[in-house]
Amino acid sequence: MAITRDDVLHVAALARLELTEDEISRLEVQLNDILEAVGKVSELDLSDVPPTSHPLDVVNAFRPDESRPSLPLDDVFANAPQRDGDHFRVPPTGETAA
Amino acid sequence: MAEWEPVVGLEIHVQLKTRTKMFCRCANAYATEPNTQTCPVCLAFPGALPTPNETAIEWTLKLGLALGCEIAPRALFHRKHYPYPDLPKGYQISQYDEPLCVNGSFVVPGDDGDFEVGIVRAHLEEDAAKTIHVGGATGRIVGAAHSNIDFNRGGTPLVEIVTRPDIHSAEQARRFLQLLRQTIVELGISDAEMEKGQLRADANVSVREQGEAGYRTRTELKNMNSFSHIARGIDAEVRRQVATWEVGGEVVQQTLDYEVKSDTVTPRRRKEEADDYRYFPEPDLVPVEPAAEVIERLRADLPELPGTRIRVLAADVGFDHAVDLVTTGNEHKARLLVEHGLDWPTAANVAMNQLAAIDPLPENGPALVAIIEQRDAITREALTASFADSAVGPLDADAVLAHHVVADTSELEPLVDRVLADSPGQVAAFRGGKQGLLGYFVGQVMKETQGKADPKVVNELLRTKLG
Repeated sequence: MAITRDDVLHVAALARLELTEDEISRLEVQLNDILEAVGKVSELDLSDVPPTSHPLDVVNAFRPDESRPSLPLDDVFANAPQRDGDHFRVPPTGETAA
Repeated sequence: MAEWEPVVGLEIHVQLKTRTKMFCRCANAYATEPNTQTCPVCLAFPGALPTPNETAIEWTLKLGLALGCEIAPRALFHRKHYPYPDLPKGYQISQYDEPLCVNGSFVVPGDDGDFEVGIVRAHLEEDAAKTIHVGGATGRIVGAAHSNIDFNRGGTPLVEIVTRPDIHSAEQARRFLQLLRQTIVELGISDAEMEKGQLRADANVSVREQGEAGYRTRTELKNMNSFSHIARGIDAEVRRQVATWEVGGEVVQQTLDYEVKSDTVTPRRRKEEADDYRYFPEPDLVPVEPAAEVIERLRADLPELPGTRIRVLAADVGFDHAVDLVTTGNEHKARLLVEHGLDWPTAANVAMNQLAAIDPLPENGPALVAIIEQRDAITREALTASFADSAVGPLDADAVLAHHVVADTSELEPLVDRVLADSPGQVAAFRGGKQGLLGYFVGQVMKETQGKADPKVVNELLRTKLG
């Protein structure tokens, strides 16, 4: 399965990225190279191997439900492009997807 | 004309009231100053890593058990991607094809028989931040000048419950949600107050002709924040779909908002790109494998569930009162009274009326029962005051019962005569057919006796004399 120009545009749209013609062609090549490299795995017979979601052989890594102090507001907003009082200000938004 | 059957499945989100958020140790606090409960994890600073809240996981399992679900031997968290400012990572940590709880069944008792709603799954995820739309002509989202984000809610634990399309009327949906809410509250995992957004429900609605196999196209109904709005929203959407099919039209799959004022549904703005969440396993979290001993402990700790209690109570107080008692939080008051010897119907009645806004101290149970059993012999004022006092401190039944009503006809008769003699106009009007004036005469006699007259005796005397 190869990555097409349409795939690049679709993923860019999902990520809200604007790409130049140059970038679109470059990314199409790069994404195909990546896919090809990862595709090497399918040369092996893996029918008996369960999918790996994590490299560590660990399960149930939890923490207790105990709170710790949150960040001071100045640190919270240190990297905010726009601040409106104690809120992050963003461009107007449509519906939420949650 | 064909008989149409509504087919409804519900998707419910419940905010857990753990002390901390799902994947970081910020407080999970309601109504605090904006952005004060935030940290590098829930603000998605680069390099910050999530660690799951053990209590949130146990509570999800507990809810799953109460919903009759199987607990998965292994569950995974997935990333669900969508670009939106209320989601700073660009994805929500959720669950996909390996949720914590699957295949449940929730039985809702009814006076017309129980109905069973299948539970597809109950999974755990993180809530999005809160977006406040600022400015704009009407304050509607479309017209907003800009949006402000408060990340306090971002990353708090949220359980999503998905039912099978087993619900066939708006009333069933309402009853299912009412019982589900009560169950959640009693499990102690959420306050589940809809007006605060702690419990949110969306409905997938379709219709089909009675007896028809399979399903027709469904729509998703959102924006309903009370049980009655959900019921009315479903009714409105069912009406719209039936009307569409009956004129030979086609129901289109879409997301709709229910507008309370106009009692209609309106389509949401169509998204340019179809949903493409690109789920994949969250590499920053290891799998969850609930231990058998944890599941057994949670199962053993499950309280007797409200559905079961409603079924038992219905035998004593009737089905409607049983539902009301259990789902309004007045049940324990009735139980207190019954425990001290009052009969169930009277106890239920007092608990849901006079005591509806009063929570009596348990130690006042015996005194309350003594007072209630002799309530006809004491004045209304004394009775009302004793209910209020029962929540405050020790109640002295004898002192309350000393406020006797005057039921002696020889004492009341002269008073009745005087009231009638003083109101010749009203007497004539009553005899002319204005039966409602009886209340006026009773009121006058009560006034004469400072409320001490027995209203029953006064009524009888008046009827005899006016008849």
